[in-house]
Formats: sequence, structure tokens, C-alpha cells
Amino acid sequence: MRRWIEKQRCLLDFTLSSLLRRKGKNIALAVVYTLIVFTLASVMMFTQALKKEASLILRETPEILVQKLAAGRHDLIPLSYASRIGQIRGVAEVKGRLWGYYFDPVMGANYTVMVSEDPSLDEGEILVGKGISRLRQVYKSNILSFRGCDGNYLAFKIKGTFEAESEIIASDLVLCSESDFRRLFGTPGGYATDLTVKVKNRKEIPTIAAKILQILPDTRPIRRDEILRTYDAVFDWRGGILLAVLAGAVLAFIIFAWDRAAGLSAEERREIGILKAIGWETADVLQMKFWEGLTISLSSFLLGILLAYGHVHFFSAGLFEPVLKGWSVLYPKFKLVPYVDPYQVATLFFFTVMPYTVATIVPSWRAATIDPDSVMRY
Amino acid sequence: MIELVDIKKVFNAGKPNELTAVDGVNLGIEARQITVLKGPSGSGKTTLLSLVGCMARPTAGRIILQGREITSLPERFLTAMRRRCFGFIFQQFNLLKGISVLENVMLPAYPNGENYGALRERAMGLLAMFNLGAKAEARVEWLSGGEAQRVAIARALVNNPGVIIADEPTAHLDSRLSREFMAYMQSFKAAGKTVIIASHDPLVYESPAVDRIVDMRDGRLIAPGAAA
Repeated sequence: MRRWIEKQRCLLDFTLSSLLRRKGKNIALAVVYTLIVFTLASVMMFTQALKKEASLILRETPEILVQKLAAGRHDLIPLSYASRIGQIRGVAEVKGRLWGYYFDPVMGANYTVMVSEDPSLDEGEILVGKGISRLRQVYKSNILSFRGCDGNYLAFKIKGTFEAESEIIASDLVLCSESDFRRLFGTPGGYATDLTVKVKNRKEIPTIAAKILQILPDTRPIRRDEILRTYDAVFDWRGGILLAVLAGAVLAFIIFAWDRAAGLSAEERREIGILKAIGWETADVLQMKFWEGLTISLSSFLLGILLAYGHVHFFSAGLFEPVLKGWSVLYPKFKLVPYVDPYQVATLFFFTVMPYTVATIVPSWRAATIDPDSVMRY
Repeated sequence: MIELVDIKKVFNAGKPNELTAVDGVNLGIEARQITVLKGPSGSGKTTLLSLVGCMARPTAGRIILQGREITSLPERFLTAMRRRCFGFIFQQFNLLKGISVLENVMLPAYPNGENYGALRERAMGLLAMFNLGAKAEARVEWLSGGEAQRVAIARALVNNPGVIIADEPTAHLDSRLSREFMAYMQSFKAAGKTVIIASHDPLVYESPAVDRIVDMRDGRLIAPGAAA
């Protein structure tokens, strides 16, 4: 075993010297390689992190959301609907939610305003997300004013900012009391934005949703799994678009890498001949070529993954923001919760490192099987 | 020590460009002597050297090394034999460009799996022996002809082989360097190594260090004879 390790050490040492001989070419290759891995990994990590955020958001959401529809559009729902839904067997709890969007013309950003379930939040007090705090440079005990639906400004004292697992929900959120919400948006009493329904037995969710629709035909019950599916589809679709755009670049790289790895120059062939003549076995040459392929592909892969991680989680995927986040959907800026799916990293590894390493070995194998006496005949 | 029995080597057998490079050679090469294979270009010297050095297999015949028949050995064993028993000095030196002198000398020993430090020390010792210690980290393409030749000799010695094989070693050297080369060969003989050289350079085959000259033409031996 020790012999084997020493041998690999020698081969690796020679491989590194060999790579340095063609510095320019190999660096160019590694840069392009890293760039491709970086781009693919960024898309992958970004989509994954968004999906993770979505699942975090939805983990605590109720099993069914009930919205009232008016001419096919979302309308305020009378709270009297809550008592009718509460009478359906199997329903544990029905609550009215008040929420809406506030466009801040100063910053050009949309905030989500919600009524807090926390009774300790007094009238005139609000809790704000980190995104708003960063954007408006406001902190605990500062005053923040919002323009109400009647054109008058309402001043709120910031009770604090809140921590949450997901920055998507926490970033642009403003929590206030019910009376403040109704004053700000002019929402009449006895009405809520939507209703949340908790169900005793999860298996009964579809049945209860169907019953709600039956007794309240002007509503739309939305099940949690439907929301999850939509999130998945939206993020996969966006990721897919970007990948389609990148497909050309990936293809160009494959051709470039194949040409570089597969085409042995006359000089390289001669060197393999010399190595065989001085006592290297075919297997030794192949091991050396394996190290060569692995050194380039693995280091580019690791560097690409690290850069992608930094890009997505420290710089909020700045390069893909316009495509992947969409306009005003996730606004203002937020930082994603770092999440890397090992399965996806392994897939990326398999589709980048493996083909390149194989592409390096195959032509060398052909060259390495030539008779060593060929160098005597030059 | 090395015995060649009815050796024949045919290239491109069965094709229109078929060539018989060595044809029915019977030869015994004594250990601890300098033997020169002499003959014009195309006489089969290099092919015979490559057969002796386990670089190629004969089309027919047997090669016996230290009492062991090696022609039928599998490729792996033949390579191991080539690495352990033979040191090669090629006509073009065949040093790898772009890497250091030291690495070039160490290359034949890499597959052995020796301790890297010990191997490096041995290679440095050889370079010092040939007055190349100061050039250890230099690239081979920066060397003069004489220096490159000495690096090639050091490389041939790194695995401490019993047999040194040199193919037209003085083809690119001036007279002084050619004599210097033969002096090295003489010192190897004195150290108990067997030296086999293929050459048509009079400075080689007329050297007093040579024990035996084997004349070749058209792939056959003409008349084996002793040197003066």
C-alpha cells in the first residue's frame, strides 16, 4: 500500500509539472471549465434555495386557504363565511387573515403588510423585516410613515425587526395591529383578505375543500400541496429557461474540452513513447493521464461550486436576478438561506468531472499501447 | 549473459511494405563487456538493440537473459524487466522538455513506488557525479549538447541497471564529447555493467574501451570479431 501511495505521489508530482508546461492552454481550459460549473451550479443552487425557502414558508401555512372570488378575481371575504366553514365536520379551526401590499414610492419597493397574531403589538406599533430595515435604514424605536388609502400619512413606531428561517417572508414584511391595518388600507370591518382552515385529519383535506366549494360557490379553496406544486413549477421553469439559454455555452465547452482532452498532440504521443521506453507500463501512463484530467476537472469543479455558493448566498445571485426572481415578485432584496442539495452536486460532478477525465484517458490509452521501440525509430 | 537464438524481426508482416529488419541472428553478449553493433543505416542495429532491451518482441527466435527466456513473457513483466535491468541512452537523448533536469533523471524510477525523498537524493547524487548538480532545477531545453547527453546517461543509471543500451549515442556530439562518452562507458564497464552500443562512428567502435564489435548488414551478422 505504501508503495502504491509513493507511486501515486510521484505520478501526481510529474502530472503537475506536466500541466505547468502547457500553462496558458491549461489555465484557459480551467477558467472556461470553472465558468461553466459556476453557471450551472449557480442556477442549480439558486433554484434549490428558492424551493427550500418556499417549503419553509409553506411548512407553517394552514392546510386550506379560502379566497372569495368576484368576477374571477380575488376579493375580500366576509367573516361570516368562517362560521359556515367551521360547521363542516373535520374542520379544526377557521381564521380570517388580513394582509396586503404597500408600494413605497420613496424606495420603489413593495412591502407585504400583515396583521400580527401577536396580541402584544399595540396600536401604532409595527414589526419590520430585515429587508425593509436595510432599505429604509430604520431600526427599533424609529418612526416609519405609510401613506394611507385616504391620502393621509400614518406614523408607526418600530417595535423591532424579526428573525425568521426564510428571508423571503421576513425581508419585506410589515406586521401591524388589526385596527392599524384597517385604517391604512380602508378594509371594512367584518371582512378579511382570506380565511385559513386547519383540518383535523390530513386525509380529509380534499373532501373538506370540495365541501367548502359546495356550500360557498363564490370561493376558491387552495390546498397547501397545490401551492407547493406551483412554487416548484415556477422555480423549475425559470431554472429551465436559463439552462436552455446556457445550453449553447455548455455545448461549446464540451466541444472545446473534448478537443483539448481527446486530441493528443504529436509531442504528447512522443512523450508517452519515451515514458514507455524508459520503463513505464501502459497502466502507469494511464494513471498519469487520469491524474491530469482529474487535476483540471476537479479543481475547476470545486472552484466553480465555491464561486457559485458565494454568488447565490452572499451576492443574492446578482447575475441571474432578472431572469430567476422575476419582477416585483420577490421585492425588495433578500438573502437566501444557504441550502445545497448533495444529490444535485453529485449529479453535476458526474456530468462534468467524469466525462472530462474519461476523455483524457481514452486517447492516451490508444497512444500508451504503442510499442515502446517507436521512440528508437525517430 | 544475453543470448539471442535465431532472432528474426519483420515489420508490417503480410503487407506490401513488409520489411525484415533482423534476419536469423544468433549472438551471445558477454556480461561486463562493451559490445558495439556496427553497420550502416538500415543494417538492423537499432532493431536488434530494441529486441535485446525488451522494447519489442521478435517475430521468431528466443532471447535468453541471465538464463531466463524472456520472449514469451507478458507485457507487464517485460516492462518491469526493461525498467530494472536496462538503462537506455537514445540517439536524440529523448529528454522531456519543459520539466527540470532532476525530474527527467527521476522519471524511470517513478513506477517503482520508491520513497520520493530517497529517489530524489539518488538522482541528485547521479547529477553530482556528472557535474550537473547546479543544473538540477534547470529545464532540459536550456542545456548544451554535452549536458543533455550527461543527463540522458544519469537517467539511464537511476534504476541501477546491469545493462546500458546506447543507440547511436555520439551521432549529435563532437569528437571531444564522443570521447568523453566512451570514457563514461569504460567506467561503467569497470563498475561491472554490461554496455551494448549501436554505432557506425569510428570514435566509438575504434575506442580501446570496446571489447567486441559485431558487424551487421541487411539484418544479418557479417562476422563477429574482437576489437583491437
